Amino acid sequence: MTSTMENPTGLGDPGDTRRRLVVIGNGMAGARAVEEILLRARDQFQITMFGDEPYGNYNRIMLSHVLSGEESDKDIFLNSMEWYEENRIDLHAGIRVTKIDRHAKLVFSDDGRITPYDQLIIATGSNSFMPSMEGLRMDDGSLKPGVFAFRTIDDTRGMVEYATHEHHTRAVVIGGGLLGLEAARGLQAYGLTVDVVHAGAHLMNAQVGPQAGEILRQSVEKLGIFVHTKARTTAILGEEKVEGIWLLEKPQIPCDMVVVAAGIRPNVDLAVRSGFTVERAIVVDDQMRTVDSDDVYAVGECVQHRGEVYGLVAPLWEQAVVLADHITGADPDAAYHGSRTATKLKVAGVDVASMGLQGPERDTDEVLVFSEPKRGVFKSLVIRDEKLVGATVLGDTSKVAFLMQAFDRGLPLPEERLEMLFNLGTPTAEASVEELADDTQVCNCNGVSKAALVHAVEGGCKTVGAVMDKTRAGKGCGSCKTMVCQIVEWAAGGAVQEDPSANWYVPGIPMDKPALMLAILQQELKSVSSVFAALAPDGAEEAKSKMGLASLLKMMWADDYIDEKDAKFINDRVHANIQKDGTFSVVPQMKGGVTSVEQLRRIADVAEKHKIPMIKLTGGQRIDLLGVPKEDLPKVWADLDMPSGYAYGKSFRTVKTCVGQEFCRFGVGDSTKLGIDIESKFQGIESPAKMKLAVTGCPRNCAESLVKDVGMVAIEGGRWEIYIGGAAGAHIRKGDLLATVDSHDEVMTLIGRFMQYYRENAKWLERTYSFVPRIGLEKIRGIVVDDTEGLAAGLDARMATSIAAYKDPWKEGAEPATPGQFRTALPLEVLPQVPIRVGS
Amino acid sequence: MSTPVVLTNLGPVDQIPFGEGRAFDVHGEQVAVFRLRSGALHAVGAVCPHRGGPIADGQIDGSVVVCPLHLNSFELATGCSRTGQPDLGSWPVSVDDDGDLIIQARRA
Repeated sequence: MTSTMENPTGLGDPGDTRRRLVVIGNGMAGARAVEEILLRARDQFQITMFGDEPYGNYNRIMLSHVLSGEESDKDIFLNSMEWYEENRIDLHAGIRVTKIDRHAKLVFSDDGRITPYDQLIIATGSNSFMPSMEGLRMDDGSLKPGVFAFRTIDDTRGMVEYATHEHHTRAVVIGGGLLGLEAARGLQAYGLTVDVVHAGAHLMNAQVGPQAGEILRQSVEKLGIFVHTKARTTAILGEEKVEGIWLLEKPQIPCDMVVVAAGIRPNVDLAVRSGFTVERAIVVDDQMRTVDSDDVYAVGECVQHRGEVYGLVAPLWEQAVVLADHITGADPDAAYHGSRTATKLKVAGVDVASMGLQGPERDTDEVLVFSEPKRGVFKSLVIRDEKLVGATVLGDTSKVAFLMQAFDRGLPLPEERLEMLFNLGTPTAEASVEELADDTQVCNCNGVSKAALVHAVEGGCKTVGAVMDKTRAGKGCGSCKTMVCQIVEWAAGGAVQEDPSANWYVPGIPMDKPALMLAILQQELKSVSSVFAALAPDGAEEAKSKMGLASLLKMMWADDYIDEKDAKFINDRVHANIQKDGTFSVVPQMKGGVTSVEQLRRIADVAEKHKIPMIKLTGGQRIDLLGVPKEDLPKVWADLDMPSGYAYGKSFRTVKTCVGQEFCRFGVGDSTKLGIDIESKFQGIESPAKMKLAVTGCPRNCAESLVKDVGMVAIEGGRWEIYIGGAAGAHIRKGDLLATVDSHDEVMTLIGRFMQYYRENAKWLERTYSFVPRIGLEKIRGIVVDDTEGLAAGLDARMATSIAAYKDPWKEGAEPATPGQFRTALPLEVLPQVPIRVGS
Repeated sequence: MSTPVVLTNLGPVDQIPFGEGRAFDVHGEQVAVFRLRSGALHAVGAVCPHRGGPIADGQIDGSVVVCPLHLNSFELATGCSRTGQPDLGSWPVSVDDDGDLIIQARRA
């Protein structure tokens, strides 16, 4: 399978005078090296790549996620076929190179092609190591059916196919290292019983010491995976296919499949055959050149540099950078000095980090060990001459970022050593962005590294917004935005441009919120399309501005707002929450978390009738019916005949309550009644971001009022404390005490006034946890509680207007507002359902 | 290009409200047809290449559609991705004298 055939002689375009670069290996190292080269010199080379596998380039590290079903195999591709075309790379996927003639500078491949090169990169990576065992292979040399390596996308697909076969119930994984444990956990997802057979004395012995290995074993066994250590497999049983394995000095284990994850071996056959110097791997110098030819480089897991062979991704990236600097002439002095390897991973659901030494080596080495096997937590540090030279952390990774930095950079260590193991509540100095490693993941939602942000800046994105658009960093939960800003500023070296749109309420209209609201009032703009026509440059609509404008107009005009469906996000168009598979979730109102037999019965009937695949209690004390196709929404609402619970949209959502005074021995206030009253009054109110509330009947805080946008706490003496600006999501912030009042009515007035002030003054999508500190608690208290600026009456009146304009959106189900409002947007496929969990 | 070009009638244009999109099955392909406030029509692939999001449920302006799942955006006229994803397909689409949507597609 060759992707481009216009070049069958392999001689290249005779008119093309560029140097001919041939890359053998299209894995993470080969493709990364080419990316780095293109970044430095777009047109210097005519590039030809050979790849053993018939695909573009993919992220091998993610294969365990493919196996566990968290990612589809499509999601892990790093470079699509189009990428090779766009960059004019002649990719021969599925073609194996058989020999290199380094004197004639020719590459021979198994399709009979002879390709000349000026410069060559060998990036042949590693192969799975298959220990010798009786019965591993069939007579023709192929693996016995049911035996798998775990190295390629085809291996992974084969494992999934085999594991989902209904007669296959039990698997054995040979190898208790990182990959083996990942494989074991992945196979469990298909309902198989899994045993891990490990030749070493403890799990992951390459990364962690015996104590940590024992705790890891306990954690893994809690997941239902059986672990056999010091167990050497001598034979695989079964004539036609796998039926079990035979252990030395141990009983046999019957099984239907065997996954071999006993390590990797550098793939050096080609280099050996072609006469290159190979010890443990292909020997290279500090410029990543082979010692045999100045025109032949090697990179990645097939390489031995200063005696070291690496099997991790970070060294490979550092090598690719040096190689690219050198081969393009961008930095002829570039040199690779080896990598300090630190790993941070989730292995079979357990967080594991390890770096440097596993234990002390000298008498003077200082060692700290903390072990809490029951919780699966283990931490050990090795310190030499005031520098961290080794660390192992299991289970609790809260200090890992700091440890990695300290290990990588040799940072000074705190005198109070315990601070290195635990957060002691003292403010930790945030590591400056400069010190962050390039591969530090900054955006955890979209997996964006520091290096990707820096590349975007180098590529010409000079504003924070442009970098976020380019990389999608900060576009998930948004909690990393501050760090993204810092990195962009640092990378741009002071050349960061003020985002002109930073103060605009929405990106499509160049006005801040007060100016925008004034213009809307003066020109009486009551629909989103009229706002664009009157205020946007050239009157142009802007898709990402629509939702913010729709919310603002509804807040300002209440009943007079002209509702245009296309201005709303899909959630608001169909009044339900879109889920990852395109189905929706339906959450009926359940004021204050209180329900009745009648409601429960109705919900149960509806769930049964509409075959709701999953019924779940939400964090806000309501019942979520998940997996409803769009076209079924009106029927579901009609059958429920209950009001919307507003689990979607940027609006007042819910009031969480505890059982309070009525039932609780400690309750001092009727939290349930207050919660119901608040929810009845403010239901469905739009706001710049969602608002979550809670009322709790005593300072024990069972409803978590201190971390809500607005939270009420009953205190002795019949009084209520009101907290604002709390959060317990991507950010955690304890709310600020706004006021302490004597009655329910005062609570209602003050929180209504606060929410209206927030609605009128917060930026689009600005949660109260940002808004309250930005405006300042004193100022808010002045306006809301003491009415120092004379705004209270107006705020109260405008909130009352909004409340009066309330309509239950689910009534729309009976009479769709637009044609096809509830028509499915995915017509053909049988919708993939949200995960259905049976039983516990 | 030996596959025959076929014109397919998707029914009345009024089934798509102004400013919104609807999904259609065109000879086995999922196509999202959008009707702009200007009256202009665009047809692009209905499945986001990122995570399979329903493109027809996305919000549009004069030039792009934004997928509702992860906010990837695509040019309405060409299907080209503005956020680094693979591109969507795009099809010529128009309205005939009877007010019906006519899409130009290739039969599989």
